[in-house]
Amino acid sequence: MTIHRITLSINGSSEQVDVSSNLTLLQMLREKLALTGTKNGCMAGECGACTVMLNGEPVNSCMVLAVECDGAEVLTVEGLAKDSVLDPIQESIIDQGGVQCGFCTPGILISARALLDRKPNPSEDDIREALVGNLCRCTGYLRIIEAVQEASERQLQTASGD
Amino acid sequence: MTTKKTFPHPIGENVPRVDAHEKVTGAALFADDIQFGPGLLFARIKRSPHPHALIKRIDVSKARSFPGVKAVVTGEDFPGFTGLYLQDRHIFCRERARYVGDPVAGVAAVTEDIAERALELIEVEYEPLPGVFDPEFGASPAAPLLHPDLGKYKVMNFIFPAPGTNISNHFKIRKGDAAGAWKDCAAIVERAYHIPHIQHVPIEPHVAIAKVDTHGKVTLWGSSQSPFAQRSLIATAMGISPADVQVIAPYVGGGFGCKAGLSMEALAVAIATQVRGRPVKLRLTREEEFYTAFVRQGLVSHFKMGCDKAGNLLAMENRFYWDGGAYTEYGVNITRASGYSSTGPYDVPNVSTDSFCVYTNHPVGGPMRGFGMPEMHAGLEQCISELAEKIGMDGMEFRKLNCVRTGDTIVTGMIMHPTGLSECLAKAAEAIGWGRKDPPSAPNKRRGKGIALMWKAPAMPPNAGSSAKVDLNEDGTVTVSVGGQELGQGSFTIAAQMAAGALGVPYKDVRVNGPLDTNTSPYEWQTVASRLTWSMGNAVVAAARDARKQIIDMVAEAWNENPDNLDIVDGSVISYKSEESIPLKNIVIYGIPKPNDQGWMGGPVVGRGNFMPGYVTGLDPETGQGPRAVVHYTTGAQAVEVEVDMDTGRVDVIRGVAAFDVGKAINPDMVRAQMEGGFVQGMSTALFEGLQLKEGVLQNSSFVDYRIATSSDAPQDIQTIIVEEAQDDGPWGARGIGEHALVPTVPAIANAIYDAIGLRPGAPPFTPEKIYLLMQEAGLVE
Repeated sequence: MTIHRITLSINGSSEQVDVSSNLTLLQMLREKLALTGTKNGCMAGECGACTVMLNGEPVNSCMVLAVECDGAEVLTVEGLAKDSVLDPIQESIIDQGGVQCGFCTPGILISARALLDRKPNPSEDDIREALVGNLCRCTGYLRIIEAVQEASERQLQTASGD
Repeated sequence: MTTKKTFPHPIGENVPRVDAHEKVTGAALFADDIQFGPGLLFARIKRSPHPHALIKRIDVSKARSFPGVKAVVTGEDFPGFTGLYLQDRHIFCRERARYVGDPVAGVAAVTEDIAERALELIEVEYEPLPGVFDPEFGASPAAPLLHPDLGKYKVMNFIFPAPGTNISNHFKIRKGDAAGAWKDCAAIVERAYHIPHIQHVPIEPHVAIAKVDTHGKVTLWGSSQSPFAQRSLIATAMGISPADVQVIAPYVGGGFGCKAGLSMEALAVAIATQVRGRPVKLRLTREEEFYTAFVRQGLVSHFKMGCDKAGNLLAMENRFYWDGGAYTEYGVNITRASGYSSTGPYDVPNVSTDSFCVYTNHPVGGPMRGFGMPEMHAGLEQCISELAEKIGMDGMEFRKLNCVRTGDTIVTGMIMHPTGLSECLAKAAEAIGWGRKDPPSAPNKRRGKGIALMWKAPAMPPNAGSSAKVDLNEDGTVTVSVGGQELGQGSFTIAAQMAAGALGVPYKDVRVNGPLDTNTSPYEWQTVASRLTWSMGNAVVAAARDARKQIIDMVAEAWNENPDNLDIVDGSVISYKSEESIPLKNIVIYGIPKPNDQGWMGGPVVGRGNFMPGYVTGLDPETGQGPRAVVHYTTGAQAVEVEVDMDTGRVDVIRGVAAFDVGKAINPDMVRAQMEGGFVQGMSTALFEGLQLKEGVLQNSSFVDYRIATSSDAPQDIQTIIVEEAQDDGPWGARGIGEHALVPTVPAIANAIYDAIGLRPGAPPFTPEKIYLLMQEAGLVE
């Protein structure tokens, strides 16, 4: 198996990693870099637990080969909080009670962050659509949807306050 | 923002979860996240492709010599039997495979890929046998015998197998005279339902890492609802002391029952015995999760029920055939639980129930959220609505008349404890606007409302116990240790709230000791049966009171006061008499100086507490009657409003109402979160879910083919109503709510579909295809 040396930015930090051709981005994060916040739920791109942002777009990291990420920017759940200050979506999902077992949470947070980046004031339908690839077996989704709405409001308030 | 508050009196407050911050930052540790370094081996399992076959020959020689392979094991290496209630299985098949997925051999290798490739080198010769794929057929004399040695298996004394048949348990209720009551009935309904198997599908797949050292000491890291039960089962299987088994169980990424007891973990431990000193990791793929993990077993249920002219229920005759699968594991106890709750939450004077657990060549039935109750209520609550209609009563009024009340003599002869079921029913009906018909949102749609009741008791041994420990720290903060697992339901948060409330310290000053570790966590039977808030809660309260007494006695002596005049409030000991006060800081570790510099007294404060119900009695094996079958029942009601699309058959749940009697809501917001999450999970089972087993072969083993509810399926609105009729032995009156929240959802939706289109959909899932065909058959659509 050929080993490739790739360089990429993960949560704002530059990393050099040696990866085999068939290693997925998810495996690289979890097994090579011990960034275990990103979860492995199905290895088939069906559950969304492994969602990360790749160059600003949410992707199932189990469906992306690590070698494709040479030069890329990756954001994982570990990179959402800045200087120990939680992202508004992290704050809101706590306040709305949208966390139960927590296994889908990292992927949901990334999908929600990507939506809010793209569309700061999303409708409820936008939110439901943005999260449709992130399965959650515990919460029933309503509190997560409310958390995204609340995060959007918080962000807009902060923006208008500046 | 809630997270900044201190909550000096935390009981009944919506405090933030203790685990939320680490779960939103990716810091929360799950079993697959634990790092083991380069010594870690990976295991994969060779599984039977046949639902029923004799194993004629296994040749592992090629796999064994494959580079990177460290061990290959088969059933020959592990002759012992295992099983929770009935010891009917080996860790790996010997001689006979009984379901598609039955473990035949295991490999440990330096990578998962190598282990997987080695599986292909294992040669197994099978002789396929005819199978059993329907439990009712399986219970008949015509069925092939799947466990010829049933009579030789070790079995617990409340499980009744029938050797020479495929019946692994037969539970009976004989109350009053059901057969004699039919002549007095003005209306009778008789129906059968085939409830399909479903899968738990936690988002975190099963994972276990096992290590066996050269002295035989076992360490297991896993995603587990039952670390102590696993410790005990492993110790028994290996003939060692539980003290030499350590189970470490970090957060569980969803369990719903499938991570209770010992399942795939036994495979990891067995393989680890052959590579001593090295950790061996086994994780199920999503496909394996679907076809090899515990399933919620299928059920064929027959109901016959009748009432008099006034609508009073007079009799029920129920026959349940549970599809226990290849081995019984939990199935035999689900059979029992559904038997002793078989009337549903109704007052019925004459009852005859036969509940059978039947061996089939299907995946092994395990516990799933509701433990038999959702499957049973699915049919029962449709029959109740049908009977109401037949006697000319509104379904809500019929339920109001017949539902179980405080003091009723219920199905097992037990006297019903205080219950708020009537209030749940009334409030759910009011919230859904019962009796009011709203127009559909489009001309091609029809709208309807449905209601259903439920009850469920914790199904467990009569003496399932809990324990807890409370440590005080130098700064007056508190660390509470429990052995109950946090799997999303909020047990750690509840433990912290109760410790704070019982001790008299602010909630923000309490931490929960995790992850669970059988070497350091106090004993807990299992995190199942929605029993933690009540049972573990009682242990936490006892431990906190123990610590409180130590502190107050110490200060009383130092201050020369009567302990009765002292209290701990907001983290300080106060005297109501002298009005003195001293913060817990320092004194709970370093003690307190005696008067006049005469030395010191006290010392590090450690509170201990336990709880075990002592009052559950046995039941007569012929009649199922006894003074107290269970600890208590949580009861509740759900009401829904649906729309049926006449062009496609698609059912949309527009809104739902859930009302449950939880005794006391320790954290109302988390109670509501359980009700909402349970509703959507129940809705998902009603509309989408069913394992398609064709001659024992699963046809839909991925999230594409086995659909669960997504964010786009969740209803617009779920209204939750908390009813609090206190539990006499619950902490602050609390009883459980986790599982109950999905029990009545399927029949509530079924009844709403009937209200919309005038046709009863029967067994779930109520897919567009099923509903459309039903409407077509009735001439409702072309």
